[in-house]
Amino acid sequence: MLFEALTFQLGYNATLVTIGAVLLGLAAGVTGTFLFLRKRALVSDAIAHATLPGVGLAFIALTLLGFDGRNLPALLIGSALSAILGLFAVQWLTARTRLSEDAAIGAVLSVFFSFGIVLLTVIQTMETGGQAGLEGFLLGSTAGMLFADAALIAAGGAIVVALVFLFRRPMTLVSFDPGFAATSGTSLNRIDLVIMGLVMGVTVVGLKIVGLILIVALLIIPPVTARFWSDRAEHVVIFAGIFGALSAWIGAALSASAPDLPTGPLIVLVSFALFALSMIFAPGRGLLASAYRHRWFQRGVHIRQGLLALAQGQPIYEPLTLRLLSRAGLARADGVATESGKARAARALRDEKRWEVARATPDLELAAARYDGLTRIEDVLTPDQIAEIDARIGGPEAVA
Amino acid sequence: MIGADFVPFALTPLLIGCLASVACALPGNFLVLRRQALIGDAISHVVLPGIVVAFLITGTISTWPMLIGSAGAALVAVAMIEGIRRFGRIEPGAAMGVTFTALFAAGVLLLEQSDTSGVHLDVEHALFGNLESLIWLDAIGWSSLADPQALAGLPPEIFRLAIVTALIGLGLMVFWRPLAISTFDEGFAETLGLPVRAIGLGLVIASAIAAVAAFDAVGSIIVIAMFICPPAAARLMTNRLGAQVLWSVAFALASAISGFVLAAYGPLWLGAQNAVSAAGMIGTVSGVFLALAALFGPTRR
Amino acid sequence: MTPAHLLEIETQAKAEAAAADSPLAIRGMTVFYDQKPAVFSVDATFQPGRMTAIIGPNGAGKSTLLKAALGIVTPLAGKATIFGAPLSERRDRLAYVPQRASVDWDFPARVADVVAMGLYPKLGLLGRFTGAHRAKVKHCLARVGMEDFAHRQIGQLSGGQQQRVFLARALAQEADLYLLDEPFAGVDAATERAIIDVLKELKSEGKTVIAVHHDLSTVPEYFDDVLILNVRKVSEGSVAEAFTHEALDAAYGGRLDLAGTAALPVSA
Repeated sequence: MLFEALTFQLGYNATLVTIGAVLLGLAAGVTGTFLFLRKRALVSDAIAHATLPGVGLAFIALTLLGFDGRNLPALLIGSALSAILGLFAVQWLTARTRLSEDAAIGAVLSVFFSFGIVLLTVIQTMETGGQAGLEGFLLGSTAGMLFADAALIAAGGAIVVALVFLFRRPMTLVSFDPGFAATSGTSLNRIDLVIMGLVMGVTVVGLKIVGLILIVALLIIPPVTARFWSDRAEHVVIFAGIFGALSAWIGAALSASAPDLPTGPLIVLVSFALFALSMIFAPGRGLLASAYRHRWFQRGVHIRQGLLALAQGQPIYEPLTLRLLSRAGLARADGVATESGKARAARALRDEKRWEVARATPDLELAAARYDGLTRIEDVLTPDQIAEIDARIGGPEAVA
Repeated sequence: MIGADFVPFALTPLLIGCLASVACALPGNFLVLRRQALIGDAISHVVLPGIVVAFLITGTISTWPMLIGSAGAALVAVAMIEGIRRFGRIEPGAAMGVTFTALFAAGVLLLEQSDTSGVHLDVEHALFGNLESLIWLDAIGWSSLADPQALAGLPPEIFRLAIVTALIGLGLMVFWRPLAISTFDEGFAETLGLPVRAIGLGLVIASAIAAVAAFDAVGSIIVIAMFICPPAAARLMTNRLGAQVLWSVAFALASAISGFVLAAYGPLWLGAQNAVSAAGMIGTVSGVFLALAALFGPTRR
Repeated sequence: MTPAHLLEIETQAKAEAAAADSPLAIRGMTVFYDQKPAVFSVDATFQPGRMTAIIGPNGAGKSTLLKAALGIVTPLAGKATIFGAPLSERRDRLAYVPQRASVDWDFPARVADVVAMGLYPKLGLLGRFTGAHRAKVKHCLARVGMEDFAHRQIGQLSGGQQQRVFLARALAQEADLYLLDEPFAGVDAATERAIIDVLKELKSEGKTVIAVHHDLSTVPEYFDDVLILNVRKVSEGSVAEAFTHEALDAAYGGRLDLAGTAALPVSA
């Protein structure tokens, strides 16, 4: 089943939903990256929750006008309109009052959502409300979707992806270097508006698949995941798109492969699994790599400080320093240097003097600025330069 | 509206709504000042997986396992957010977004996968609560307030929330100074020897307890709204911390009372037959108060 | 015992004696931010009853050194002692004035509320705030020339006034050691004068003052001692001994032009 689902062999609707989800994941990952880099990730949460009253009002308006309230395009238009209102409310509260953006986001999302709930209970009491199925917008529901709706979602996903592609340059510029973007004539506000518009597009398209509570996951988790893999802006965008699409594909396929497996939560959980793996194992920014680096630096600093203390006949203050020295066979437990410790101490002291000279020498200053306290001088300066320095400080002094 | 039906059908949900709102608004003041307003949002989302796991372990939906489960989930969420923020070096907003969506998704999936047909446990219930159902059937009128037998029939939520609200109020009073100092100037607080980490964690735990106790009775939307809207509105009314907290309590009570009344009686006034969601209406009204404060509050800028 | 051993014992004893006398003694302090050293292996012994400036270029780790000594950032290695004992035993003897920009001035508090925070160690959790405490707050505000602002909302103050409020809070702590992070950054001339007068008063009362400072031109006028830093220690001692052209050159590289120190970037 899973294989069939992954390879789009589960029937027309399931295939369309999966394609729609993949496009959505791709668009959300890329759009979310711009949001994440602007440090406004949770604005999307406000936008998503703010869709609910729009859905409710659209349903009520359609019903009162005598149409079928379940018309998906109309409901989505309603959701977009109230999301816009929610976004403006966040902007207004942040700009016009002393409230910070996080408080504005929380206020808007809870109030709009509350009002949406009120409307849902109103709809439940309407004659046609019983089978409205609007609860499906909370958590998404792809089961029993009409073909036209599935096609609409797939098309919507494709449009958002196309728009992201179209605006990728100015959005990248604004996200990574707002100052430069402003001076180079790009209108910050306008591009911010484009980003928010795309977030809204992703939200609206995603309502039916993952639901408004979880759509933010698609906008936040893939960019955060991608951040672990690269420090370069353009790469983060691409990785986020890939992670988003991958999560959506696997999640939608898993969901189609068995009953009782809701699409939205599965996509989110797959995406979280990718995040957790990246956070632990990614080279560079990953947890294991960082922990290893920290220990390595700590050990290096302590041993070097211990050696310099030995070389200068000073006491060793820290128990950890002493422990590391004695474990490396450089000092006895009582802090007296061993033979190899004395030799290493003399070398450490000489290197320290070499660096000191290097820092004071205009020609070498630039190279010396790279010194982090642990780099070997041989790795930065040429043997000739070192020889020149040595000529000025004399050879290594023996440690008593 | 203060007819014979008021005491059995409206008094207890009204009281519960008030207590829940105040319990959340109190710690919300400090969350808003610390720019952690959305911690409340995150906590109220992760309550769902907490109660689902508690249900899967115990097989029933009795109160204490639910409370413990949701409090546990809140702590797991806080630990995850802090871990992602610190060790992953991800900004707090994004760290929160990753955590609460993933835990909420896990809760929904577990719920769909487990057999809950025999019990009243679903996502909608978790979101909206069921304030209207917390009625006091043993009461016949105001005289029941003096009748020990009728009092014994009060919904247990009312006692739980009363205790939690009192504890949070008391905690706030006792730890007022360290909370205020570490919220304003963490570095300075640290040089005084204040355990700033523990204070921050204590605030989040107090918020989680408030959220869990309130959630049990009123669902998570009120919780999110009350963490943020009354304190935010209060911030726009005064420039003193003590006054702000009092204002926030006033806004919380006003939202709870007017929201409940509007939900229960508003539709009737408009000629409709059925009440609307009280939880939703309370949240909506708190937003109206915030909007008014944002437009006219003396210290809005 | 070989002579070398005796010598070692003697130096050790001397170093320990110096550290015991010193209001603040820092040994081997090393702080890394991610993979870059912010402070590297710094030893410093500050002298009691004197005013010391910590100077150095942008990103030299001046504030970080202070924060590491106070336990606000966790060092990779190294330790600090305050009057010969670990920080946890000497908190009552020190007062810290953080950078003005490090807090949210929009916080709902009045000037007097902020100064009263300095009385917390004496008040504790539930101690009653009495008339004597109120008088103390008023007195500290008067010392920095802010007595008329006691009921002002802190968000309405100018940068210089905010800095004075922070100093008043430190005065309320009645400490023996005052640590200030960039007390003159972005303040007006009148405030700078007022602050330096208060600091000199403290010195005349026998207190020790250590300040992170960025304006080289005022170092000789304001301070007795300097610690010149550029990730590692460049020099340390009295202004006459340590505030030399060579030391500044070594710390600031070729970027220093003493005549135009005003043009130096304000250190973060």
